Amino acid sequence: MVSRVFSSDRLPRGLAVPVVLVLVAEIAWVASGTTSDSLAAPSAVLLRMLGALADGSMLVATGETLRAAFGGLAIGASVGLALGLLRGTFGPIDELLDVTVEALRPIPSSALIPVTILIFGFGYGLEMTCVAISCTWTMLVLSRAAVIAVEPQLIEVGRVLRLGFLPRMTKIVLPAALPRIFVAFRLCTGLSLIVAVTTEITANPLGLGYQMMVAQQSLQPDLTIAYLVWIGFIGWGLNQVLVTAQRRLFGRVALVGANS
Amino acid sequence: MIVLAWQWQADAGLIPSLYLPSPKATFAAIAKGFDTGDLGWRFLGTVERMIYGWLIASLIGIALGSAIGLSRQVRAYLQPMLEYLRPLPASALIPVAIPILGLTDEMVLAVIGFAALWPTLLATIHGFAAVEPRLYEVGRLLKLNRMQVIWRIALPNALPDIISGMRLSLTYALILSVVGEMLSGREGLGSWILFSARMYKAADLFAGVMLLGLIGYVSALLIGGAEKRLVRWKYNNR
Repeated sequence: MVSRVFSSDRLPRGLAVPVVLVLVAEIAWVASGTTSDSLAAPSAVLLRMLGALADGSMLVATGETLRAAFGGLAIGASVGLALGLLRGTFGPIDELLDVTVEALRPIPSSALIPVTILIFGFGYGLEMTCVAISCTWTMLVLSRAAVIAVEPQLIEVGRVLRLGFLPRMTKIVLPAALPRIFVAFRLCTGLSLIVAVTTEITANPLGLGYQMMVAQQSLQPDLTIAYLVWIGFIGWGLNQVLVTAQRRLFGRVALVGANS
Repeated sequence: MIVLAWQWQADAGLIPSLYLPSPKATFAAIAKGFDTGDLGWRFLGTVERMIYGWLIASLIGIALGSAIGLSRQVRAYLQPMLEYLRPLPASALIPVAIPILGLTDEMVLAVIGFAALWPTLLATIHGFAAVEPRLYEVGRLLKLNRMQVIWRIALPNALPDIISGMRLSLTYALILSVVGEMLSGREGLGSWILFSARMYKAADLFAGVMLLGLIGYVSALLIGGAEKRLVRWKYNNR
């Protein structure tokens, strides 16, 4: 019945449901002949998306969003990594920072938006700061856990070989913690995009989120949905790039327990 | 300790109080806010939204997740689509939802529900998919029927994953509750802090932020406690 080629190949099966849904939506739309300010047919969305890509508006907005997201990611991930490594390695520092971090961490990332509006006004500073702070917490918690999870026996080996503190860190601890740290980085990347788009939708007049709000307010549902699909694509693409990098760098073993 | 440093630098005037108000001013703003009742029902509004959205999302997530997780066929068809949808920022749905649902509480709840659905759904799928196959064999040995297998074997094994998913869902529910309020103007802490920022009322702003942090902290604490209770048996066996 179904050819063998397809039954064992995951990709076509995964596409089946979305394709069917889109087709059903398209047929329903065309058949009922409705016009609406709030929804658009899939074909209209696709055309609008290609149009926006072609005239560059979508790409410019993408550039703005990614610039803010990556800028904040770079700052947040480095600070978070540094603090996490510090906390994971030195017990006293860990305890000292514990209460502060646990008190500040639960503040929802969206609550930071008005604070940064107050301090930076609108623009890249606002967005990068929000992204940076959100990434810092994630990176801190996960890199600290990565360091703590290093097999004690590996550290014993370091002592047996009479390695000094710094060589022990760079030759044993860091490589052992690196797979988990990379997963943390991957999560932070996804988070940076989410927070960036959220700040754009809520307040900041630049980037993809802002374009979405403009499209919605000018009653162009096809463009709004087109941006939505595009944002989803960017997020998925970023994640795929990092997953591939993770596989290449660390191999299958590192994916065990790190899949999320 | 940090609070003391905060108060000290406020007294020393290191950072302009416009940007970072002193702890005294912040607490005074909290007290005044609750006194006049302004903060009280806004606080409740945010918490309410967060909990409703989270509960609905958790129920749907667990129901769908168990159905999907238990069947390898269904997973094969749906997993790629779910993986595509996962990195999608839930707040990006707001501009799409506004024309359909308007700037109403329903819209905010729908967006919160969508955001909170994801962690629970994916964690439930993973939890049910990762049940040790030998346990299924035990079920066959004991001649348990389908419902019994699900209830007694699959569900308890999936429970740790489900609860950690629910914990993440609660975090997202709070974040999106704040975002939803900021965008739709529904009364809550989100609209309060946005308004305070626009009016340069730093003390009020930080008061709201602190309260939000408190909500986040307490809710995480409660779920963490529930998680420890429910999952104790699993870790005792290790």
